[in-house]
Amino acid sequence: MSNFFNKSDLTRQDADKLVSETLNSCDDGELYLEESKSESILLDDNKIKSSNYSSDLGFGFRAISNEVVAYSYSNEISKDSLKNSSENLKSTLKSIKGTYNHEIPKSNKKFYKDINPIEQKTLDSKLEVLNKVNEFLRKKDGSVKQVTASFAGEQKSIEIIRSGGESLTDVRPLIRFNVSVMLEKNGRKETGVYGIGGRQSYDDYLKNDNWKNVCEEAFRIASVNLESKPAPAGEMKVVLGPGWPAILIHEAIGHGLEGDFNRKKTSAFHNLMGEKVASDGVTIVDDGTIDNRRGSLTIDDEGTPTERTVLIENGILKNFMQDRHNARLMNTRSTGSGRRENYRHIVLPRMRNTMMLSGNQTQDEMIKSVDKGIFAVSFGGGQVDITSGKFVFNCTEAYEINNGKIGSPIKGATLIGDGPSILKEVSMVGNDMMLDPGIGTCGKAGQGVPVGVAQPSILIDKMTVGGTKL
Amino acid sequence: MVKDQEFLKSKASYCLDLAKKMGATDASVTVGHSISETVNFRNKSLEASDRSDGLALSIETYLGKRRSSISSSNLLDENIKTLIEKCFETTKITPEDEFNSLPDKNLLAKQISSLNLYDETRFENDKKIKYLKDLEESASSENQIINTESSFTENKSNFILANSDGFCDGYKTSSFTASCVTVAKDENSMERDYEFSSKRHLSDIKKATDLGNKAAKQTIRKLSPKKIGSEKISLIFDKRISKGMLSAFASAISASAIARGTSFLKDKIDQQVFANSINVIDKPDINKGMGSQNFDSEGVNSNTLQLIENGILKNYLVDTYNGKKLNLKSNGRSGGTTNLYFEKGNISYKDLMKKNSRNLYITETIGHGSNLVTGDYSVGATGFLVEDGEFKYPVNEITIAGNFKDMFKNIILANDLEFEYSVNSPTMMIEGMTVAGK
Repeated sequence: MSNFFNKSDLTRQDADKLVSETLNSCDDGELYLEESKSESILLDDNKIKSSNYSSDLGFGFRAISNEVVAYSYSNEISKDSLKNSSENLKSTLKSIKGTYNHEIPKSNKKFYKDINPIEQKTLDSKLEVLNKVNEFLRKKDGSVKQVTASFAGEQKSIEIIRSGGESLTDVRPLIRFNVSVMLEKNGRKETGVYGIGGRQSYDDYLKNDNWKNVCEEAFRIASVNLESKPAPAGEMKVVLGPGWPAILIHEAIGHGLEGDFNRKKTSAFHNLMGEKVASDGVTIVDDGTIDNRRGSLTIDDEGTPTERTVLIENGILKNFMQDRHNARLMNTRSTGSGRRENYRHIVLPRMRNTMMLSGNQTQDEMIKSVDKGIFAVSFGGGQVDITSGKFVFNCTEAYEINNGKIGSPIKGATLIGDGPSILKEVSMVGNDMMLDPGIGTCGKAGQGVPVGVAQPSILIDKMTVGGTKL
Repeated sequence: MVKDQEFLKSKASYCLDLAKKMGATDASVTVGHSISETVNFRNKSLEASDRSDGLALSIETYLGKRRSSISSSNLLDENIKTLIEKCFETTKITPEDEFNSLPDKNLLAKQISSLNLYDETRFENDKKIKYLKDLEESASSENQIINTESSFTENKSNFILANSDGFCDGYKTSSFTASCVTVAKDENSMERDYEFSSKRHLSDIKKATDLGNKAAKQTIRKLSPKKIGSEKISLIFDKRISKGMLSAFASAISASAIARGTSFLKDKIDQQVFANSINVIDKPDINKGMGSQNFDSEGVNSNTLQLIENGILKNYLVDTYNGKKLNLKSNGRSGGTTNLYFEKGNISYKDLMKKNSRNLYITETIGHGSNLVTGDYSVGATGFLVEDGEFKYPVNEITIAGNFKDMFKNIILANDLEFEYSVNSPTMMIEGMTVAGK
């Protein structure tokens, strides 16, 4: 755990005093201290292209009264700097007074260990793995023209000091290992990308030469795409594979259920609480409590322990995801969903691991039931307009379905749909729920945070596929 | 106040001296300081204020052809020392790469001319509040507008770039950004749209009421959209979307994508890649330009580059490392383009709208559907059906798709180019793309 005060002229007592004095006439707020250490090592084009280490230290001071949030951050932890921030907050909130809410739930559960993954593997051994990846893929097949492999590791220590001196801490490890391969055959080029990661040490993910499986998967996706034909254009049935395709849930439903958009009534879901928004059998949860997952958190960035929040239960909208600020204004409680990218950013209600739970049908049944449609197995990124509810995501591996059989692979196409109605088009839910491999980063208001997704195979009766073939 | 040149220079030379003392053969360092203040409004009242004050340091150390880098926000001498030690230790065990080096000395920028990129005016938060009040007052004057959110950000930055070949320079920049997002509702739909203005100088920012009015008008006209059928149709891209085509093009001609072989424009120098009426220029020395720079992120002098001349690809965007790989000299584009634009076409906006009896006018795209390896393009889109030059009705929940190789050759540009951003395009028509809808 970082000691934020041992190299500063600011003592903990000074900080406690200033925090209490600044916040006691506000509704909420805290001093958020953060120290992060991160590394990235990249092999590209047959060489170690870069190795970067970075360290970051700073605080963010937040005061909230009524609907107004005042925020000030600095990367200088000192008496003067904190004093300046305090003055800045007071001047914004000078005419608005509140009553500080001291209540914050407690839990002893931890969902990952206090490790520094960067220190747990030597640089030499990381370089060795990257070089092995490069050799393995280039030897594997003459069509391999480019290989990129990378390690990214981080340890983030945070401390939250609330008015009255209460302190909450967390140490968060996070790693990611990624491989991208480009193949060229008969003048065509295609890439395949695959990665793994989470909140454990590198070696927890790489044991038993697991890097080879990552290579094989990237290679397999690229090979499939070399044979791909133009994708169809228009409305049709879509079968989604299990795991990572759940970013459809994340984009289509997840963002629209974040508390801020619903308090402001700018989400297409804001007036649908308690209503049927999905087919029977569809249950979606957002869970911060799964051990070592990328989207898991012991406490959120306001100090609230995370939980498993049921968003949609058997088709009925049950809960929004809340941080303290939006929860207070909507007369409900925080669901432990208050997150920020780092101390430079304000807290927003965000997703953690968003999952659709298993039903009881098989993927086979789904494929067999489709006359004309597509089977989408893997995706790149997605995006949503939460107000109109329209969302998109891009297939990176997909196939035609003709008369109940999987046909040729098709080129990457964008799928577009309508968030509030898409889940009503789900006509089958598979029994094969799978977690994603630990690679997701969600962007909102310019802030990226690590997230996870999961789902079983599902059949959607109608979606627009954005190909070129009419 | 943003830290002055002297402070940043002293930190930079401290780093270079230390790296040299430890045995680094070369080193380069960037030290920057940035202060920004944002005020957010929602529904005509204050919602948030945000002040940020950040120092940033990044160092690269070389040992012959070995290189590694570190970055930090903690500029205490003691911390810098620890980090440079760590960086140099890493450099020692990083494998050699024959292309690693500082930029050629004779390419480094020598004279720094003032491009008027810094406006020292302080726009106090109270004045920001007044601006946003006026903006939201006009944005919410129509009763279909049910939510308005706006913000004003003022940023002042300063930096120094120094390397062990004696380069040491930097300058202050400022930016002022006002933006507005409005939500409109009718019995059939709820829609959102936006407008913003971002300038180096405060006096160039759009009038608050104009910005608010425009955002509201653009949002209201999107209400009650229809979905259209799947078809091939001529597309007209609004300026805010057409400039995105230039950004995709710029990524595809970066020396790094070319050297790695991962661009659909590899080996296309001196070949026709756009329609022969098209010229693309990257100009770093526009007065007050949002993308203007005196030198690139390695200190290399950057001159105006004609990237496309009469449809023919003339230059890649070259930095030192990838330039050495490709046997090309850096053209000062480490860090990408500066002020990038299409030269204006010779047909008016009005005539372009009437060129075909039926067009789809695109005002927004969503998704990350550009594949720069293959040139395949497929994104979600929102817009309007245009018949005989008139907007008929709004359209949404469709996708548009094609391949950049064909799209670039079918571009027709209007003559309405303006220099608003760092990437600028006139209104654009592309024929022969596929729309997927019902």
